[in-house]
Amino acid sequence: MTATVHAVTTLAAESKTSTGEAVAFWILGPLAVLAALGMVFVRRAVHSALFLAWVMLTLAIFYIIQDALFLGVVQIIVYTGAIMMLFLFVLMIVGVDSSDSLIETIRGQRFAAVVVGLGFGILLIAVIGNASVSGMSGLATANQNGNVQGLAALMFTKDVWAFELTSALLITAAVGGMVLAHRERMERKRTQRELAEERLKGGGLVTPLPPSGVYARHNAVDTPALLPDGTPAELSLSRVLQARGDVRTVAAAKGIIEVPAIEDSREATESQLGKGATP
Amino acid sequence: MNPANYLYLSALLFTIGAAGVLLRRNAIVVFMSIELMLNAVNLSFVAFARINGNLDGQVTAFFVMVVAAAEVVVGLSIIVMIFRTRRSASVDDASLLKY
Repeated sequence: MTATVHAVTTLAAESKTSTGEAVAFWILGPLAVLAALGMVFVRRAVHSALFLAWVMLTLAIFYIIQDALFLGVVQIIVYTGAIMMLFLFVLMIVGVDSSDSLIETIRGQRFAAVVVGLGFGILLIAVIGNASVSGMSGLATANQNGNVQGLAALMFTKDVWAFELTSALLITAAVGGMVLAHRERMERKRTQRELAEERLKGGGLVTPLPPSGVYARHNAVDTPALLPDGTPAELSLSRVLQARGDVRTVAAAKGIIEVPAIEDSREATESQLGKGATP
Repeated sequence: MNPANYLYLSALLFTIGAAGVLLRRNAIVVFMSIELMLNAVNLSFVAFARINGNLDGQVTAFFVMVVAAAEVVVGLSIIVMIFRTRRSASVDDASLLKY
């Protein structure tokens, strides 16, 4: 009985967090929730990744606030540094604009998912509400030699077996990643001579493609270059731009440049210089 | 502020992550939602460590991070492999094991 009373008093002594922490929580917490919602509901996968990075950074701040300095730093380095970069890298491989199709393959699945999610969330929050977590002991004694030292003391004594297993796990993951990403070459690698012969015997264009039009006031890649006879060179434009219809028309390009013909310009200079210029 | 607020935030984030797994069809976004769930649980581990006054929760969160890193490597390479063969990262397309 006395022990519980003692525990209750010590809990009461440290049960309040500082005002600064409350301010940080009430600013960053809602932002983290908003970012998480954005991650789920935004259409493009790259935007999801950025929202997730924001949530992870917020969580790192929360770790540091809660006397878990080591975990906060590890969170930034491992999650936002390594894991999110891996995600973005794979997104680039898979294709950035592989956004979700909006067709529901199972009817009513989306509605059911929202209902299940809401129910689960309400249940979880009700459980926490019932658990009456009011006080806290604080980590002042556990962290008295430093957070990293305290963690190391636990990790290399009590949890050393889990730590050793972790190394096995990491090696397995590395080997697994290599095995899964490895692709066996099915046919012989073609030599440079074969590639050159293929290119020349095909009868197509042997030279590199001509660059886009470069004019005095306009050199965007959507403008075609002009051939010596004044017609636009179709080859000078990217096929992607042509397929998308983002090409500036020849008339527009001409309207922009509007270079006077050589004879006209000579006449113009002569008239500017006066009559004495012509012999 | 009551330290239980961190637990509420953790529950909210976990729920959003779970809903994301159920709602999204893009395999990579599903994977990100799983990461969000792992992170939410880590937050509650850290909060519990402070509430209980010992570092066991933080050690556990650290191991969760290690496991998550390993899981991301293998999971993402599986996604890349599926994308190579099927030209799609949608979880609906990878249903061949069903038959």
